[in-house]
Amino acid sequence: MATEDNGKNKTTKVKSVARAIIDTGKKPGWKDIPRGSLILDAGNAELYQTGDWRSERPVWDAEKCIHCLFCWVYCPDGAIEVKDGKMVGIDYKHCKGCGICAHECPKRASALTMHKESEFEE
Amino acid sequence: MAKKVALTGNEAVALAMKQINPDVVAAYPITPQTDIVQYFSSFVADGQVDTEFVTVESEHSAMSATVGASAAGARAMTATSSQGLALMWEVLYIAAGSRLPIVMPMVNRALSAPINIHCDHSDSMGARDSGWIQIYSENAQEAYDNVLQAIRIAEHPDVQLPVMVCYDGFIISHGMETLEVMDDDPVKKFVGAYRPEHALLDVDHPYTMGPLALQDFYFESRRQMADAMEHSPKVILDVAKEYAKLSGREYSLFETYKLDDAEIAIVVLSSAAGTARPVIDDLRKKGIKAGMLKPRVFRPFPAAEMAKALSHVKVVGVLDRADSLAGHGGPLFNEVRSALYELPGKRPVVTGYIFGLGGRDFTPENVDGILADLKQTADTGKYANLVTYVGIRE
Repeated sequence: MATEDNGKNKTTKVKSVARAIIDTGKKPGWKDIPRGSLILDAGNAELYQTGDWRSERPVWDAEKCIHCLFCWVYCPDGAIEVKDGKMVGIDYKHCKGCGICAHECPKRASALTMHKESEFEE
Repeated sequence: MAKKVALTGNEAVALAMKQINPDVVAAYPITPQTDIVQYFSSFVADGQVDTEFVTVESEHSAMSATVGASAAGARAMTATSSQGLALMWEVLYIAAGSRLPIVMPMVNRALSAPINIHCDHSDSMGARDSGWIQIYSENAQEAYDNVLQAIRIAEHPDVQLPVMVCYDGFIISHGMETLEVMDDDPVKKFVGAYRPEHALLDVDHPYTMGPLALQDFYFESRRQMADAMEHSPKVILDVAKEYAKLSGREYSLFETYKLDDAEIAIVVLSSAAGTARPVIDDLRKKGIKAGMLKPRVFRPFPAAEMAKALSHVKVVGVLDRADSLAGHGGPLFNEVRSALYELPGKRPVVTGYIFGLGGRDFTPENVDGILADLKQTADTGKYANLVTYVGIRE
């Protein structure tokens, strides 16, 4: 049952398809992708910048934040940045703008509020 | 040491599975495959195999559990027939697309309606483009030999595709014949240990299986499967060569019988080839140059090799135990005829015959009639019908 890791029967040339796309700007051809559509690089979802999907953006008010970390617990994308047990910001590259963090933020704090993405057009 | 034994086709296949001793078997009984599951479960109950036997509630679940076990890193097998194959349809494609080397004995039986439990090839022929390698067996000996070889073919790194080993329901599955079987040890050595490149239970190397692949990756994934199919004949022949050393029985992509100098020839799968052989012998005694080609591997289809083997024949009759119902012949007819189109110069005339649906008896007289038909076409250059139904009441 154990997987042999001697490289003898290795059939896959590109280990991380996502990384290859980012590095080369091209999608690998059929000879180079893993067989059976396997995704071999665990945790590669980080390379997929789902922040592009956002139509509304959560905005964090550091002054009002009580660091209860409800937002961190509920965020489905791990987009709440935490350091030393405290909320420090939002990862906008991955935040899809679902608004769960703002919904869960306690009323007495209201440190997270949702705003139309169009308000931030650069 | 090999020994001669008298077994039914299903007993021979169950014995092959016992000798393979797979990690997991998930199967559901269906006529005429039932005995395989019955015999195998008794091996499990008696502690003669180490297999985890999963009793499931349907064939959809049988193939799903087999897929799960194979993905986990186990050598996994199942077996089915007819409606059972039809019910596992969507999972057949998942097994192949996920490149899981599952081996499945497939006992050919007609598909409903009307309900019928006897042999024809409509079940497996429908699955011919599912990405499974298909090997057809004439008798219990071939079924036993093919199941053992299928393990090595499926698991070969150049292939990594599931394999179904087909043989005729009742005619072979329940008919008793003498065959030669090997001792457990040489079989164990021949199939070897299964070492998958990726296994979900290998937690030190996590990966994602069965992801979404849309417009940008699905096509590449399918192209890879076609490539594996294209590479598999070499593996199939290498495995056959090694198996021949062990067993003394030789296999190829197809078998030819008195074909080298044949003027007329039939192409036919599985047990019907056994019916045809003595008829060909009789015609030869009368000076008629008749021959036969019996495909063993239908997927991948050995088109170039087959065309070469049939290139000198004047008239080829292709016999299908399945009908496309589209009025233009069965699957074997269409593929053989298409393969011959590649020949330079004068090609053989090719006509099709549909026979034996729902277990309708296929007799030496039927074969004789077909060969007389082919001879007439060879002499006159004409044929009455492109596709003829044999043994049907008008």
